[in-house]
Amino acid sequence: MAKITAGVATSHVPLIGVGIDQGKCDEPYFKPIFAGYDWTKEWIAKPENRPDVVILVYNDHASAFGQEIIPTFAIGCAEEFTSADEGWGPRPVPKIKNHPDLAWHIAENLILDEFDMTIINEMDVDHGLTVPLSAIFGQPDAWPALIVPIMINVVTYPIASGDRCFRLGQSIKRAVERFPSDLNVQIWGTGGMSHQLQGPRAGLINQKWDQTFLDDLTADPERLRQIPHIEYLREAGSEGIELVMWLVMLGALTNPKELHRHYHVPASNTALGHIVLENGK
Amino acid sequence: MDRNNQDYKVAFGDIPGTLVFTAERARKGYWLNQFCMSLMKPENRKRWLANEQDYLRDWKITTEQKAALLARDYNQLLALGGNIYYLAKVFSTDGLSFVQAVSTMTGMTVEDYQAMMAAGGRSPDGVRSIKEGK
Ligand SMILES: [Fe+2]
Repeated sequence: MAKITAGVATSHVPLIGVGIDQGKCDEPYFKPIFAGYDWTKEWIAKPENRPDVVILVYNDHASAFGQEIIPTFAIGCAEEFTSADEGWGPRPVPKIKNHPDLAWHIAENLILDEFDMTIINEMDVDHGLTVPLSAIFGQPDAWPALIVPIMINVVTYPIASGDRCFRLGQSIKRAVERFPSDLNVQIWGTGGMSHQLQGPRAGLINQKWDQTFLDDLTADPERLRQIPHIEYLREAGSEGIELVMWLVMLGALTNPKELHRHYHVPASNTALGHIVLENGK
Repeated sequence: MDRNNQDYKVAFGDIPGTLVFTAERARKGYWLNQFCMSLMKPENRKRWLANEQDYLRDWKITTEQKAALLARDYNQLLALGGNIYYLAKVFSTDGLSFVQAVSTMTGMTVEDYQAMMAAGGRSPDGVRSIKEGK
């Protein structure tokens, strides 16, 4: 049987991709950003931790989808996906290979469980998906795991509530556990933490709020799932709302234990957060 | 749980210096944002940079939106229904980073904005709520 063994969350700031693609990791600005991923790189390289499949929860930033179609929850079911051209050329990263059998299995189970997923067979994937892969796997010739993309709309309001995202995670967990082959599966939540990219309030960072959010991933998940959108917007900035995607990861875990945490300000306009959670029982 | 869409949206108006991308803004900015999407193709970026006015002629964008685009007035573009992830295609085509483009909306120089970020970013104190001033 397939099993979710760990949850990994990380910001997906485009600048992290720029730092890696342009070989700037050792520059003083980037060094503290990347240092926090060293632990994770070592951890995930160990055979017992290496995932066969990563269910990667991210959002599209007006790359694969414009305003013509806005799926609230979507799942990528194609064989593979390529890196999107976001206006400065596609990131030079390996093709993203899916596990289509698992992806379709999850899609079917989610829909039967009353999550009305949009099934995507053709799309390019942007920094939301590729930056976490680069931050954690570096620059391999091929990604060491298969990737099932789960896409959440966090751009056009209303977006799904945090609690709905958490319950989506719970449903993903049930679907994975029903998959009949032995797979080590991780679920990654991406985006956040506090940041605002628009208007006179741009640059907002709320370290205290972010740290409490990181604490409560293990201490008080029930509080996190009840945070209303307006609180994210006020406290963590307009783009801090991306943290609802971490709740999909959280919902797929049971009594998680914190293994590693990284928090750094600033990465571009953003408070960078990264956490590794071991799945409990 | 029953949630009322009006109450949900009214609260967004109480956040200082922030325009949440609601249905109203999405409708207003539909073609503006779709124009931005067209800049994901290298051949379109080339055509846009070669003659912006000419490129805009093909799009159902209002005169106001066109003027704001030509002026790269991002606060105005947000007010006219633009969304930052769409507008990112415009500033990326200009070769600007997120920090460079975002700083133009704050009334600060890029250097001052970068210094603020390096010092921990903008504090939420005083900019959480217009009504409550906290
Ligand atoms: Fe994002």
